[in-house]
Amino acid sequence: MLIFEQSKAGRKATAQAPLTRADVSAIPAQFRRKRSAALPEVSEMQAVRHYTRLSRKNFSIDTQFYPLGSCTMKYNPRACNSLASLPGLLARHPEAPESHSQGFMACLYELQEMLREVTGMEAVSLSPAAGAQGEFAGVAMIKAYHDARGDTARCEILAPDAAHGTNPATAVMCGYKVREIPTGPDGDVDLEALKAVVGPQTAGIMLTNPSTLGVFDRKIEAIARTVHEAGGLLYYDGANLNAILGKVRPGKMGFDVIHMNLHKTFSTPHGGGGPGAGPVGVSERLVPYLPVPMVAKEGDQFTWITEKDRPESIGRLTAFAGNAGVLIRAYIYARMLGREGMPRVAEYSTLNANYMLKQLQAMGFQAAYPQRRATHEFIITLKKQAKELGVNTMDFAKRLLDYGFHAPTTYFPLLVPECLLIEPTETEDKATLDDFIDAMRSILEEATEDPELVKGAPHTMPVKRLDDVKAARELDLAWSPVAE
Amino acid sequence: MSNVPNDLKYATSHEWVRDEEDGTVVIGITEHAQELLGDLVFVELPEVGDTVDAGNECAVVESVKAASDVYSPVSGEVIAVNEALADAPETVNQDAFGDGWLFQVKLSDPAQLEDLLDAEAYTEIVESEEH
Repeated sequence: MLIFEQSKAGRKATAQAPLTRADVSAIPAQFRRKRSAALPEVSEMQAVRHYTRLSRKNFSIDTQFYPLGSCTMKYNPRACNSLASLPGLLARHPEAPESHSQGFMACLYELQEMLREVTGMEAVSLSPAAGAQGEFAGVAMIKAYHDARGDTARCEILAPDAAHGTNPATAVMCGYKVREIPTGPDGDVDLEALKAVVGPQTAGIMLTNPSTLGVFDRKIEAIARTVHEAGGLLYYDGANLNAILGKVRPGKMGFDVIHMNLHKTFSTPHGGGGPGAGPVGVSERLVPYLPVPMVAKEGDQFTWITEKDRPESIGRLTAFAGNAGVLIRAYIYARMLGREGMPRVAEYSTLNANYMLKQLQAMGFQAAYPQRRATHEFIITLKKQAKELGVNTMDFAKRLLDYGFHAPTTYFPLLVPECLLIEPTETEDKATLDDFIDAMRSILEEATEDPELVKGAPHTMPVKRLDDVKAARELDLAWSPVAE
Repeated sequence: MSNVPNDLKYATSHEWVRDEEDGTVVIGITEHAQELLGDLVFVELPEVGDTVDAGNECAVVESVKAASDVYSPVSGEVIAVNEALADAPETVNQDAFGDGWLFQVKLSDPAQLEDLLDAEAYTEIVESEEH
């Protein structure tokens, strides 16, 4: 029941209501409301019960295993949050002078340095407010680089057909035309197809490595050489950085720019509207274009790098230093891991994924790329089950909810029919992985013996199977009050 | 195996082309394509008067699973679009080769029709994808 439906005219939470009416005389009359806002009128206890009830329906990493491929739904240690909430960090005014902000700036500087080191790039700017903005900053820098050289005929960005949708979207936002590169049968980029389309019109290529297919592109050096020889630059989408953290450095693979999704690799809060952080790192030739501000260290003092120091910067993407509280959480996480811990992120995310893949294969699920070792995530295709049992990927996904697991990503990437993209992450233990594997075994048995049970799932959730087609065709997003 | 009519031409990107034999062709997506996409919820079509180029995207079909570009198999000028799809995108699912057509093009280079696949060649592509 919506809270609006519990509303009754004149009822209010008296103890929470303001004692005096706010003075709004400073707001010009034409901007003031003519009528009261249509807010629900409920008691304090109704409001508490309503939202507590809703919160108990939450499906989250704090309550359940959440192997949502491509999203890295891993556990965020509570320490990151509690240390970032220290009053010295939390209460610092963004306009505070450098002399009053040395501790805060030291944290940002060290985070810049750690990200620079682990990615093998020349310099890092922390300011983009999320991954999407980091991507925008990255491609904007590629454009700024070509423009500064008078190389303005470069109008195309290349992206593999397995790319995250944000890659082509970013290229278009920056004024580029997108050209899709097909994937070969082994899951790597089709190098011959790339060679056929790369040329003087190529501004750059956007790659995720490991890709969304859950494999590491072994031909990355040849790809880098091909694009660089044509005068284009290489963009690294950091979405899957946890798979290679401390093991391989994108800078060494030949990438010129990278954005990092701190919420995936460095354990800051996941989405839900943010705030996020999407730092960017660059190779030497792009350093002048990095977004400002950044932090520099002179002697033992930390200072802001601004437009004055970097006249060719693509500019500011956020107010002040970006989403500083999120950056501090990432800094604490990186310090907790340390140099020894970072490679363990890659090792355990890869080990967990490969363990699950082998177990699922052994019970008859088909890997999309059986000849390849998985990285931190892997794809199985239920094509066979859909054909022989009439039970498709969506049915399996919905039935998993009944077993207490969040479903993996379904029907993405689009290249693989009837697929599940499964990412256990590095923070889950073997017992949890085994529980999930057991659930998949049970559902496979159910699909064989009683397919209707699976096709009708979920059976235990607050809502049953939703009609997603009707929901998309007849959008109904806002509750509207009964006309008065 | 889905239906592949013999009187149509096909593109590897799963569009069909019907030669109207008056210098124009009607274009849609194949039954196999609509099966892969699932229930369509939105179709974005080019505008009448637009110029389309063979191999370039010119329309979008969106299902609950995915949004997918439609590539024009031929070059020319768009002379008609299937406006009924705005309110009934499911027509593409129900009748991909008939009422679910997308747009009609006046050919600028009729020889391009020779480059398209016949039903047999397209069937082979679909079958190879199913393995």
